[in-house]
Amino acid sequence: MLDFFMRLFRGEDQSKHVAKERLRLVLVQDRTSLSPQALDALKEDLIAVISKYLEIDETGPDVVLERDGDSIALVATIPVKRAAGVARAGR
Amino acid sequence: MAGRVIVVTSGKGGVGKTTTTANLGAGLASLGRRVCLVDADIGLRNLDVVMGLENRIVYDLVEVVEGHARLRNALIKDKRLDGLFLLPAAQTREKDAVTPEQMKALCAQLAEEFDYVLVDSPAGIEHGFRNAIAGATEAIIVTTPEVAAVRDADRITGLLEAHELSNPRLIINRIRPQMVRRGDMLDIDDVIEILAIDLLGIVPDDESIIVATNKGEPVVLGGNTRAAQAYRNIVRRIEGEEVPFMQLEEEGWLSRLRSLVGFGRKQRGA
Ligand SMILES: Nc1ncnc2c1ncn2[C@@H]1O[C@H](COP(=O)(O)OP(=O)(O)O)[C@@H](O)[C@H]1O
Ligand SMILES: [Mg+2]
Repeated sequence: MLDFFMRLFRGEDQSKHVAKERLRLVLVQDRTSLSPQALDALKEDLIAVISKYLEIDETGPDVVLERDGDSIALVATIPVKRAAGVARAGR
Repeated sequence: MAGRVIVVTSGKGGVGKTTTTANLGAGLASLGRRVCLVDADIGLRNLDVVMGLENRIVYDLVEVVEGHARLRNALIKDKRLDGLFLLPAAQTREKDAVTPEQMKALCAQLAEEFDYVLVDSPAGIEHGFRNAIAGATEAIIVTTPEVAAVRDADRITGLLEAHELSNPRLIINRIRPQMVRRGDMLDIDDVIEILAIDLLGIVPDDESIIVATNKGEPVVLGGNTRAAQAYRNIVRRIEGEEVPFMQLEEEGWLSRLRSLVGFGRKQRGA
């Protein structure tokens, strides 16, 4: 009985807290998800911008969204050959 | 001036879109507004039975957009309220029998005659959903206080934004105050905090809705149940009135005791 009241007042195993936490995490994922098409378009745009400054290996780039708990990072791995175009001329 | 076209949508099925559409329509009509309910759930017609108008259907929405019936002849007049009409969905057709462009034209035509056009959306985010929102100028999202329903509501919010329906308002349906008090149901503040959209109202989980639906009478027209009150409040908010959120339940000894020891927030009501 005492145990019951203790639980009641602390509210620890209230299932709504579990629900809220699960919702929070799943929405972080949902809200930052890109469709495969959008991710490809992003990749192409990135390559186009970076190519102004660096000559890159076009077959190499890898762009992904990495999730860690409730934080998300855009991780782009782009192999570089050398400085290019404007950047090179500007040296 | 053209009427307002409001789509009632949710993503998830079974959360109360059809019930909400029926009750808001009946509530608005009982204030003297001219209201047309549009059942956009093609192939799974429901709104007619919830309204108790299933025996009076002659033509349906698809026959109208295909030009086989005149809009005027397809509209079913409600027997209880003067300004209330229903445009039923087709039951034996596929969702792609109608295009978003056709829905847009249809809603625009209805908006010329009615103060409100309420569109009951099917579940899902595909063709039927796109049809339902095509002609809308406003959106109401219905959810229940459950993980899957709230998640879908969030997804729908994003999709509505992409279709230029950027300020949807939320109805949280089927709240059970006792479970909220026990901490076994997400409360209003939880849901609003997570979704970050404006709250239009709260409807309690109420047996009177099931009884009313059995009889084909929107609960809002029958007496003073909590659910009926909740819908009337929402109707007034749609009309632009500021109506305070009512307390969902009289406080019991338990909640008094708990607020005495400073635990648990008071719940906002419908
Ligand atoms: N607030 C409520 N209290 C009790 N039952 C409800 C409530 N809202 C909806 N229902 C019931 O839930 C079921 C699904 O509702 P419905 O409006 O058909 O959902 P949807 O159109 O989103 O699929 C119906 O049987 C309805 O009577
Ligand atoms: Mg429905």
